[in-house]
Amino acid sequence: MISSIKRRSFLKVGATIGGGFVLGFSFAGDNQILLAGAGIKEDWKNINAYLSINPSGKITIMSVNPEIGQNIKTAFPMIIADELDADWKDVIVEQAPLDTKNFQRQTAGGSQSIRYSFETLRKAGATARQMLVNAAAETWGISPAECKTALGKVMHGDKVATYGQLAEKASQMAVPSDIKLKEIKDFHIIGSSQKNVDIDKIVTGKQSFGIDTKKEGMVYASIKRPDAFGQKIESIDDADARAISGVVDVIRFGDKVAVLAKDTWTAMKAKQALKINYTFEGSPESTSAINASLSEMLSKPGNIKRNEGDVDAAFAAADVIVEKIYEAPFLPHNCMEPMNFYADVKADSAYLEGPIQTPEGTRRGLVELLGVPEDKITLMLTRMGGGFGRRLYGDFVREAAEISKLAGKPVQMIYTRSDDMTAGIYRPAVKYKFRAAVKGGKMTAYHLIGASVNTANCTRENFFPAGAVDNYKVEAHELKSPVSVGAWRAPVTNFLACAEQSFLDEVAEACKKDPVDFRLELLAHADTKKESVKMDYVPMRFANAIKIAAEKSNWYDKTPDEYKGFSAYFSHNSYAVEVAHIKKIDGNPALDKVTCVIDCGIVINPLSAMNQLEGGVVDGIGHAMYGDITIENGKPNQTNFDSYRLIRMSEAPKVVSYFIPSTEHPTGLGEPALPPAGGALANALFRATGKRLYKQPFVNDLTI
Amino acid sequence: MSKINFTLNGKTVQVDVDGQMPLLWVLRDHLDMTGTKYGCGIGMCGACTVHLNGSATRSCLLPVSAVAGAEIKTIEGLDPTGNHPLQKAWIEHDVPQCGYCQSGQLMSAAALLQENPKPSEEDIEAAMYGNICRCGTYNRIKSAIKTAAESSK
Repeated sequence: MISSIKRRSFLKVGATIGGGFVLGFSFAGDNQILLAGAGIKEDWKNINAYLSINPSGKITIMSVNPEIGQNIKTAFPMIIADELDADWKDVIVEQAPLDTKNFQRQTAGGSQSIRYSFETLRKAGATARQMLVNAAAETWGISPAECKTALGKVMHGDKVATYGQLAEKASQMAVPSDIKLKEIKDFHIIGSSQKNVDIDKIVTGKQSFGIDTKKEGMVYASIKRPDAFGQKIESIDDADARAISGVVDVIRFGDKVAVLAKDTWTAMKAKQALKINYTFEGSPESTSAINASLSEMLSKPGNIKRNEGDVDAAFAAADVIVEKIYEAPFLPHNCMEPMNFYADVKADSAYLEGPIQTPEGTRRGLVELLGVPEDKITLMLTRMGGGFGRRLYGDFVREAAEISKLAGKPVQMIYTRSDDMTAGIYRPAVKYKFRAAVKGGKMTAYHLIGASVNTANCTRENFFPAGAVDNYKVEAHELKSPVSVGAWRAPVTNFLACAEQSFLDEVAEACKKDPVDFRLELLAHADTKKESVKMDYVPMRFANAIKIAAEKSNWYDKTPDEYKGFSAYFSHNSYAVEVAHIKKIDGNPALDKVTCVIDCGIVINPLSAMNQLEGGVVDGIGHAMYGDITIENGKPNQTNFDSYRLIRMSEAPKVVSYFIPSTEHPTGLGEPALPPAGGALANALFRATGKRLYKQPFVNDLTI
Repeated sequence: MSKINFTLNGKTVQVDVDGQMPLLWVLRDHLDMTGTKYGCGIGMCGACTVHLNGSATRSCLLPVSAVAGAEIKTIEGLDPTGNHPLQKAWIEHDVPQCGYCQSGQLMSAAALLQENPKPSEEDIEAAMYGNICRCGTYNRIKSAIKTAAESSK
């Protein structure tokens, strides 16, 4: 029983004009939101690709980038609406499809969306505002410079025209090439707290995610992948699977077998009835073998990433040498919405819809697979039930597309949780060896060797303490393995920061210094080198964040029965400083709260920005404490939430967050709060228990 | 295949499916009620939580044959206008990030307040332990439940 699903389509009417802006597309079809109280669809006038206005003054703003929970769907339109001088109450937000002609970088990743698109979005709003002003000025026979705008109106003396009244004329105006952006002090929407634009739908169950896609003639597909990394199919017996009522087809592609059925449960059930024999290509992988290889690598010179001063001489002259090894396991992303995608592939065109962080690259990758040109492949974006980096990879989109092509049917492909957890593209397992030379109460040399699986760049050699220590060396090794790895929220730094910040705590101790004073001293030294030595961070901006965090967390106050751990990281272009506060309950340490101070430049939407900090801290603590994938005979041991532990409500600390007021260009917030969390926890646990933690997940060594 | 009748959000429905099919998939694939989400299929994440005769139940493990004659409430039936105290509190606290787990969180919270209108912090944590939020919105969920409990006094 598949009902006909209403679908919106876009009709392109525009052409490139003037300063590179495009008079975009107009709405066609039957969009419910647009029609709700907003007049008939023909009344919507496109001002540019990002926005259209109707006579009642409602403004539809397209949200260009994929929404994975970072709240970009609210933040992007806020930036446009601010420069437009709109009233936020009049704004309706729509998710844009992949549209490379009108939009740039429709990607969710690296905490880069706001940082990259801030200017473009401001210009989109400001250009539209100028067109509305020009329309009013022409009507009134005056110069545009004599007009003012506010809250969806153009004004001159006692003359007032609403954007709704001006929309039609404005849509026909030439696109101005020189536009003036607002002064930061004049922002009226940027910096204000606005609720998630989809929240009404989310709390009533009406919000559609990719997994909810249902279209005429569609079948559901579940894929059997090899049980272990490195396996190949030897033989298949699909008779039992095909015999199950409701199964439509069984299709092998590569070393995968797809079961197509009339509903999801039947497809998943029939998959379990497949009898497949596998053989290994090479020897099966295991966590124990990987750990042994990574350890061996740490004792050998690696690929030198950076080398300054004379590290060997500094170690030879040291009073004390601190040397520690830190390690972390593979981690699955575990988006709550399992991987899925809808594909309807025809001989000369394809329609795809679903949750993907990288629509542009993914579509390009389908051209060869499908034999369909890029401009004949439509890709619609859905709200995503989490991303965390997993949806940067279009592997599951390719699977859906290939199955649809082979089956000659529209297909909704859905992973089971077990598929999702065992299919790989994990956060790579990694080990770090840190060494510090201490002389006269100062760190005189710093030496880091990293070794990671299928990852050549497991270090961040230009981050702190680069420039802060004159004798400085960073090396890296890469271990090749059949286990697939990829970006996982805050790639590399998700564990590197924890290891580094735990290590620096020990070095501060060896220097007999307070951890905060120790970092501030290092940053003061880095500041003297900032012109001569490469460093990705600004030392005094970092120091400022550290000082504010010390104040906000009452760092220097010694409260009885409170044990604090400090961690500070130049985190995905933001400065994130966290203090974990542990209390003892019946003698056992319990993480009470985390103070999180961040400098991310201008904050677009404080309400949701704070949500990102809270979530990032909880995520960082949760994975440091519990996350673990181990592999035996090539096969992940953890397959679902019974054997894989995610943090739950009673384990989540309170988060007290503070944004440092700033007029700097905004960065992003999807990642920055996560990296410092593990180190803050480890350092606080040390103060509470006297025990240092070197290996994630911490729960194996300690329970809180 | 068997014909099974039950009450869904106050209306009688009949489905003709394999009786072993979990209610979750009957709701999603056969009744087009996609507000109830699939997360793990083994009752460990809470995304699929519905009310079975008023109690929070994981629909991914519940064979549809077991709900014959029963009353089922899903997120779509909590209050379609979004005026349930919990929905209002969820909006007030701007709880969701990705939003995917929130149907299940709301249904677990609604069952909690039904049984215990003034839950303590510990009561909330115990009742919500089975619901995973991968984005880590736990503190906001907890605050929203407290707000809803206050507003219902």
